[in-house]
Amino acid sequence: MNSAADAMLVLVLLLNFFVLGSSRIRSIIYTVAAQGVLLGILPVLVHGELGVRETIVSVGAIALKAVFIPRMLMRAMADLPIRREIEPLVGFRLSLLLGAAGTGISLALAARLPTAGTTGAQLLVPASFATILTGFIVLTTRVKAITQVLGYLVLENGIFIFGLLLLKAMPFLVEVGVLLDLFVAIFVMGIMINHISREFSSISTERLSALKE
Amino acid sequence: MGDEPAESLAWVLAVWLPLVGVIVIGASGLPGLFLRRDSAAGERVSATLHVLGAAAALAGAIVSVVAGGAASLNVAWGLPIGSFRVEVDGLSAAFLVPLILVPALGSVFGVRYWSQREHPRSGRKLRAFYGVLAASLILLTIARDGVLFLLSWEGMALSAYFLVTTDDRDPEARAAGWVYFVATHVGTLALFAFFAVLYEATGSLGLDALPAGSATLGVTTTLFLLGLVGFGLKAGIMPLHVWLPGAHAAAPSHVSAVLSGVVLKTGIYGLARMTSMLPDPPVFWGGLVLTLGVISGVAGVVFAIAQHDLKRLLAYHSIENVGIIVMGLGLAMLGRSMGRPDWIALGLGGAILHVWNHSFFKSLLFFSAGSVIHQIHTREIDRMGGLARTMPITAVMFLCGAVAICGLPPLNGFVSELLVYLGLLRTLGPADGSSAAGAAFAAPALALIGALAAACFVKVFGAVFLGSPREARAHTAHESPRAMLIPMAILAAVCIGVGLLPSVAAPLLDGASRAWTSGWGGTARSLQEVAPLWWVSGMSAGVWIGAAACVYALRRRVRPREIARVGTWDCGYAAPSARMQYSASSLAQLLVGIFGWIVHPREHGPHVRGLFPRPGKYHSHVHDVVLDEWILPAMRWIAGQTMRMRVLQTGRIQVYILYILGALVALILSIVPVLDLLGRLVTQ
Repeated sequence: MNSAADAMLVLVLLLNFFVLGSSRIRSIIYTVAAQGVLLGILPVLVHGELGVRETIVSVGAIALKAVFIPRMLMRAMADLPIRREIEPLVGFRLSLLLGAAGTGISLALAARLPTAGTTGAQLLVPASFATILTGFIVLTTRVKAITQVLGYLVLENGIFIFGLLLLKAMPFLVEVGVLLDLFVAIFVMGIMINHISREFSSISTERLSALKE
Repeated sequence: MGDEPAESLAWVLAVWLPLVGVIVIGASGLPGLFLRRDSAAGERVSATLHVLGAAAALAGAIVSVVAGGAASLNVAWGLPIGSFRVEVDGLSAAFLVPLILVPALGSVFGVRYWSQREHPRSGRKLRAFYGVLAASLILLTIARDGVLFLLSWEGMALSAYFLVTTDDRDPEARAAGWVYFVATHVGTLALFAFFAVLYEATGSLGLDALPAGSATLGVTTTLFLLGLVGFGLKAGIMPLHVWLPGAHAAAPSHVSAVLSGVVLKTGIYGLARMTSMLPDPPVFWGGLVLTLGVISGVAGVVFAIAQHDLKRLLAYHSIENVGIIVMGLGLAMLGRSMGRPDWIALGLGGAILHVWNHSFFKSLLFFSAGSVIHQIHTREIDRMGGLARTMPITAVMFLCGAVAICGLPPLNGFVSELLVYLGLLRTLGPADGSSAAGAAFAAPALALIGALAAACFVKVFGAVFLGSPREARAHTAHESPRAMLIPMAILAAVCIGVGLLPSVAAPLLDGASRAWTSGWGGTARSLQEVAPLWWVSGMSAGVWIGAAACVYALRRRVRPREIARVGTWDCGYAAPSARMQYSASSLAQLLVGIFGWIVHPREHGPHVRGLFPRPGKYHSHVHDVVLDEWILPAMRWIAGQTMRMRVLQTGRIQVYILYILGALVALILSIVPVLDLLGRLVTQ
């Protein structure tokens, strides 16, 4: 069972690299949606049983992360004139390298953290750290508002993976917190995108710096 | 006293009646929110509910005094810390009386003063927050748990902020509210620190007396200083008073009355509660408090004399009276340090009686000032005048409050100041070897305060009510409606009653002294033993009889018909106008000049040259020295320095997220022993 979970986590890590390396926004959305599906399956695999709690978390995660939010983003894409992230602040190759370094550090660090080994899956903590770092890299290097949203989603996915550790100990609170957090973030970002496109007829966050006092 | 096992009816009532009052008063403004903004029903419902709730709470306080114990209630709640623990002991009961009475009268006054019809925009908001404020006041007085205390303290602070900014289109009110908001939260911060240190020292958040020797002098002194700042900011002790004049001036008058009469007193209550909790106070605590009291008292009244705004003037008088109260408290603390129960009885008794008196006569003054402002539509003293003719009842009420605040017999202010005097003079006597002759220097300061207050109210009463009207509005002014006069009449009656029969209040004051001393097992002496209260009654009655005789004699000798109205002799000037009277500023000029080194008056006048000078304008003003000369420049300097941090504000969201990442990494580094980990990484 745990080897299956670890395999899933490896896939999640690979998808992280795809997010970092791709410039086409549509394919990033698909990638994040796929990551959402993987995350939805994870709770069941990690805990090795299909209880009510695991089911709720799984179904909720898949519905939100893999269906609802990607669909919203796709709809936003349909209204927007952009398809690619053309001029990131840091190039794709460099961000891939950064992602690789981050993943390496996560693996090295997590093996020595006191939390390691409390649950079956070996890769849970490093994958969570690596995914959070990937989210941060996307958030800090990309310019388009919609890629920012995607970066935030990846970041939240990382937090979700970490939350799986606590699913047994502090079950419902953590999950609801994570999902709610995510939902609010999407909501805010959605408003932001709307406003940017309406007010500045462009959805680049670079224009936001004009709002600086 | 709390160990009486009997769970009698009186005990249940003593706790539950105030709690019911808290709920009813707190909700009193809510029904109005669902009514039309200009409907008169909302204001009536809110005042009715408020008075009903106040009656319940007051009944509870009286029951607790009569039952003579400390009724308590302790219920666990859902929060991880603290519990819902309330207790009505003598100290709470003594503060509850004015804390319940004054807001209730204010709500009745407010029905006509700030009616929905005249203020459809702000009326409902005012009533809703007014109820919350009054309820928080009661709750914080009976709270015995630190968390509950802080919750109600913040409830009071926030609702008071919304009340100060009732007229939120007025930039002056917004600025005053802002200063108040900052000041009150600095105080709350000090109180958070206070309770944190208390929890560290004792492992409990309860407002209970610390057993002697349970904490070192360093810890108790830290607690004392934190409490002094936190409660002193609320009470308006002199260097900490900065929020007070602006907030009192900007708020509607009945809110000013509650702020000045009651909200300040919660700071005093906090100081009294804290000083009863802390064990083994050294002499310098009492000395410090006494000194602060003298500074507040003298500087408060000096600033008051220099004011041109009627409500700012009254606000500075609040600082002065808080000074007198704090002097009494300091005396009681000295008495505790030096083992003199008679100083405690006189000092604490005088302080708490002055808390009562000040809340009654200051509310009376704010109500009558509010009536005047309601008619004249200005707060400038120099634009009023001659109002005694058009508003005779208000004038009499104001005079009553003025005599009381100056500490003159036969009214109540005299009694409480007399108690403080007696206590201060006792510090001279080396009866049993212990004397604190330094404290006796406060007695002449108290005398100075009284004299200056009298001068100030001569100025105010003369300029506002006597002379001839300076503005056209003063001619058309008319007496306030009954709903505004009745609360004033009740307050005036209380002022006269306490002045005539202070012995009636003595049991409540003794109860407060007992509660204050019981925490550390001290002995309390009855006020009747150490103060000649019946002599005071006799003298007051004598003054009343003498005054009545004088009035009667005057009436008989002078017939109204014989009084001719002529202008004041004007040195032969042909065309005098009403503006050529003695103004409040000119009356105060001598004293302002003498105390110029405190108040820093500014004058902007024309240079008069030649025999026929051109028309000119003269303008003088006095700002708050502490706020405008110390704090605001310091704040501006800090703001200027922090502008250097603007380089961090790049305007790029990506950089901001990097900051978050940096903070996260720093947090992780601070928790995880990274160097250790890295070392192991390398060695493997």
